[in-house]
Amino acid sequence: MSAQKKAANLDEYLKAPSLFGFGIGRIMTIVLMVLLFILPLIAWYMGNKFYLDFSSRIVCLAIAAVSLNLILGFGGMVSFGHAAFVGIGAYAVGIPSHHGYESAWLHFPLAMIAAAFFALVTGAISLRTKGVYFIMITMAFAQMAYYFFLSLEEYGGDDGMTLWSRSDFGFLNITDKLTFFLLSYALLALCIYLVFRIVNSRFGMVVRGCNSNEARMKSLGYNTYAYRLTAYVISGAMCGLAGALMANLQDFITADTMTWTRSGELMFMVILGGAGSVFGPIFGTGVFLLFEEILSAYTIYWHLPFGVLLILSVLFIKGGVNGLIQRAWKT
Amino acid sequence: MSTLFLIQLLNGLQLGVLLFLLAAGLTLVFGIMDFVNLAHGSLYMLGAFVCASLTFFTGSFVWGVVFAIPIIAIIGYLFEVLIVRHLYESNHLDHVLATFGIILIADTLVQLSWGPEGIAIPLPDYLSGQVEILPDIIFPTFRLLIISSGLLIAAGLYWLITYTRLGMLIRAGASNRTMVSALGIDISTLFAGVFALGAVLAGVAGMLIAPITEATIGMGNDIIITAFVVIIVGGIGSMKGAFIAAILIGIIDTLGRSFLKDILEIFNESASAETAGPALSSMLIYIIMAIVLALRPQGLFPPKVR
Repeated sequence: MSAQKKAANLDEYLKAPSLFGFGIGRIMTIVLMVLLFILPLIAWYMGNKFYLDFSSRIVCLAIAAVSLNLILGFGGMVSFGHAAFVGIGAYAVGIPSHHGYESAWLHFPLAMIAAAFFALVTGAISLRTKGVYFIMITMAFAQMAYYFFLSLEEYGGDDGMTLWSRSDFGFLNITDKLTFFLLSYALLALCIYLVFRIVNSRFGMVVRGCNSNEARMKSLGYNTYAYRLTAYVISGAMCGLAGALMANLQDFITADTMTWTRSGELMFMVILGGAGSVFGPIFGTGVFLLFEEILSAYTIYWHLPFGVLLILSVLFIKGGVNGLIQRAWKT
Repeated sequence: MSTLFLIQLLNGLQLGVLLFLLAAGLTLVFGIMDFVNLAHGSLYMLGAFVCASLTFFTGSFVWGVVFAIPIIAIIGYLFEVLIVRHLYESNHLDHVLATFGIILIADTLVQLSWGPEGIAIPLPDYLSGQVEILPDIIFPTFRLLIISSGLLIAAGLYWLITYTRLGMLIRAGASNRTMVSALGIDISTLFAGVFALGAVLAGVAGMLIAPITEATIGMGNDIIITAFVVIIVGGIGSMKGAFIAAILIGIIDTLGRSFLKDILEIFNESASAETAGPALSSMLIYIIMAIVLALRPQGLFPPKVR
């Protein structure tokens, strides 16, 4: 059904996704990125550390959402186990730290390599399946990773482990909240630029082609499996980076970040923002975390309105917040 | 050893039977309506809580179950009419997200109505005892009841699907939905009915387990994932597959949890078996699922026509 829809506005589909979108979308994304940069700085200037940390959280999770968007939004691979990569990235910081290796130049590459390796192994098996089987097998692998880390008694087991000192970058001191925010922001910008370049490259066109019609891509002579697997591994590595940042932000690492409900939340952030648009996941993550923050301040039962919002957004909002703005502008 | 093994085998059978009750509803809904229902576990939880309240109200667990069943059927029916029905046309991703939202709502509503604590359901005396089924093998009566009623329900479902007109419609709907509606069958009523049936099966599973584990919030969220493993291993849409896979997964999971550590220690006497055992046994069913999907992506017993 969606393939037909896509064929109907083929011109729009083939048009390369611009970095900042078109029309109102362009203005909105620039405004959003500027706000996401300026507001935390103002909060820091006013001495409000809470909002600075909150913004850092949005930025870190946005990296995870952007990485998921690469395969879910553009590649059409509905990964229901992306939280596993966040967790692996986090443990890649925690475990070396536990043994006294605190260099960020070890932690961050390790996080990305470990996540990429996990993505390579699980992706190689998962990508043999389609549709709901893919959703479920990615979830199964994430559950395996969850139980694996849960059983590591030496690294905290189900109590989680505290990160006594943050990763050491040498010249950068990320214990400072502002420095941490700026680093995360820079990494987010880098990831977005990377995704933008990927989806517009020849490689990205093939991956997007597999999403709309895999049989056709195959008959054009592409090894679609290899292309999708590569995209899956890139996405996993990027998400591992997000995990390494999250571990440093929270100074605490727990296997709970890998449960399937977390994967569901990540998926929701991507969909809420508008899957398949470069900046969409940032909208989604921002709106999601703001909602969580505001609602949980009012009531401990904040999951209730949150669930209602989730259902309503699935039933009535197509293309997420980003698409909503685009349509409001067009009419 | 052999006594323990037999008892664990029975415990595994009991888990398998419960998993079948959940998986049967899931696989019906999935096979016929192509709908991924993560919130199936919420019906399991609601079954347990409604039954708990009714048990205290009527003073008897049996009456609690009898009155809870129609209530769960109505909840399932409303659920289908209000939300699920509008999602059949969307893709699986939307199903996952919307039903994820329903889980959040159901968990919170249960917390609002019954409070955050779990509720223990008292059993009548004649059910809370133990029986000696074989010499030296003593097993709780209630667990035997779970196994036998589960098998009975499985037999009933088999009869319903193979020999009745409704079952014929269900099978026809699973293989070609459009043709069934073209032949003048009110497909939306059929769907709502099937959904309510699935809800009742899940609810009954919740009612049966609640006296053992208590009714707790989020109790459905763990078992629903296992139930998904079951229907994927068995082949989505296949009732036979769901039954065999449920019993298999139930027994493997239970035996893995009790004996895997000992088996590992035979091969490896170091302390690593101490930690690897529990980890491996929790992962066992997911490993099985990954192997099945890698070798036979359509599951062990896929339905014939799709």
